Amino acid sequence: MEQLNPQSRRDPYGSRINRSQFAPLVYGLPWLTVLLGSLTPWLPIIAPAPVLPPFGFLLMLAWRLLRPGLLPPWAGLPLGLFDDLYSGQPLGSGVLLFSLALIIIELIEIRFPWRNFWLDWLTAAGIVVPYLIIAALLSGAEPTLVQLRVIAPQLLLSILLFPIIARVVAMFDRFRLKRVLRTD
Amino acid sequence: MAPPAHRRSGVNKKAQLGVFTGYVVAGAGALFGAALLTISLLAPETFSGLRAMASDAAAPAGVVGAKGRTEGQGIFEAIGGYYRAGSRNARLEEEVRVARVRLAEAEALKQENARLKAVLGLADEESRPVATARLIGSTSSSARRLGYISAGRNDGVRPGMPVTSPMGLVGRVLEAGAESSRVLLLTDSESMVPVRRSTDNVVAFAEGRSDGSLRLRLVNLGINPIKKNDVFVTSGAGGMFRPGVAVAIATEITRDGAIAQLLSNPAATDLVVVEPIWQPEAVEALAAPPPQPDAAPAG
Repeated sequence: MEQLNPQSRRDPYGSRINRSQFAPLVYGLPWLTVLLGSLTPWLPIIAPAPVLPPFGFLLMLAWRLLRPGLLPPWAGLPLGLFDDLYSGQPLGSGVLLFSLALIIIELIEIRFPWRNFWLDWLTAAGIVVPYLIIAALLSGAEPTLVQLRVIAPQLLLSILLFPIIARVVAMFDRFRLKRVLRTD
Repeated sequence: MAPPAHRRSGVNKKAQLGVFTGYVVAGAGALFGAALLTISLLAPETFSGLRAMASDAAAPAGVVGAKGRTEGQGIFEAIGGYYRAGSRNARLEEEVRVARVRLAEAEALKQENARLKAVLGLADEESRPVATARLIGSTSSSARRLGYISAGRNDGVRPGMPVTSPMGLVGRVLEAGAESSRVLLLTDSESMVPVRRSTDNVVAFAEGRSDGSLRLRLVNLGINPIKKNDVFVTSGAGGMFRPGVAVAIATEITRDGAIAQLLSNPAATDLVVVEPIWQPEAVEALAAPPPQPDAAPAG
């Protein structure tokens, strides 16, 4: 059989003979990448104004939209809590906003079960814009007009960066499902 | 992408319950977040211990990153720097020539200052720094402007202490963990520093605008005496910051003050110095509740 078609015993994730997917990787990688995304404040960039997009939140959206059902609807609680510890927001704003985002995506999914990339991008943009505005209002600082103007570049960057983040997440997804040597 | 199979629970009672429980837990999570948020907005200090522990855990990675950071580079400046290297080099050489002259003048002034102080019999009240630390990160995606430094309670850092760099004031310590601390940067909209003009006694408050600039509000309203390029230094009012530390330079005149640019851009700062609170008694007196009228001695 292999002489006729060398790919016959393989799928996109590797050989299927004596190889299987690695469960901690399959279920753990999405969580790990979102947590790493939440650690952006530790990047050696000292920003005088909020410029970087909320990577943890965007990664969570991308995973959720790429693989519905992989992150449970309650994933916003632990992920948001971790994000709050480092983001500088008052504790709880991430828990609330991450959870709400996941619930809203559930509702959108019921309305549009079959989605394409453009709808995903639109969904992500429609969620990340209110997320950033509400996060700025809840940040504990006095909400002023200047503050809302300051986050405009960040809004734009977050929307434009989503396709790239979605591609990176797709790359992680292929890595996640790689078949490795079976040990049992 | 196809809808996921898990939601098509059909008539399977157990699967239906599983999906339903997921929604309930998600909703409860959101409510829990709202409750936490209310607590932390009403009492911002409630969870500081939790945050301090978390930042202690992540600090070593931040220190490694900060060591690799070269001077004076934000993300975009780092990329743009390559395109302007030639012209910038020429300009910098010119500036260095000017600066050498200024430095010599400053040395002379310093000596004269020391001589005059000696004449007046004033003690040189140079404050000894508490700790030297690296600025290892900042909340670059939140609307709040907080930084992280690599020194904490073990080094003697306490909340309220001013953080300075050779270029000027950076901010003050907000929460101190064991090995790392959170710093309220000057540009945060909750930060307010009493300043005065370096040349005379025009006093103002410098408020952060969270976009990298400061807003100077004059204390004495009337005719606005501030001119462009006036340098402002800390005035020492309130007792927290030692007077005479450079803060900002006015760039735009407004009706009640000016918009000023930070002199010590945190993006260009690597090593910072944590200084003791200048007049701890004054700060404590301000923080303490006013004495009860009953307690005052009668007559």
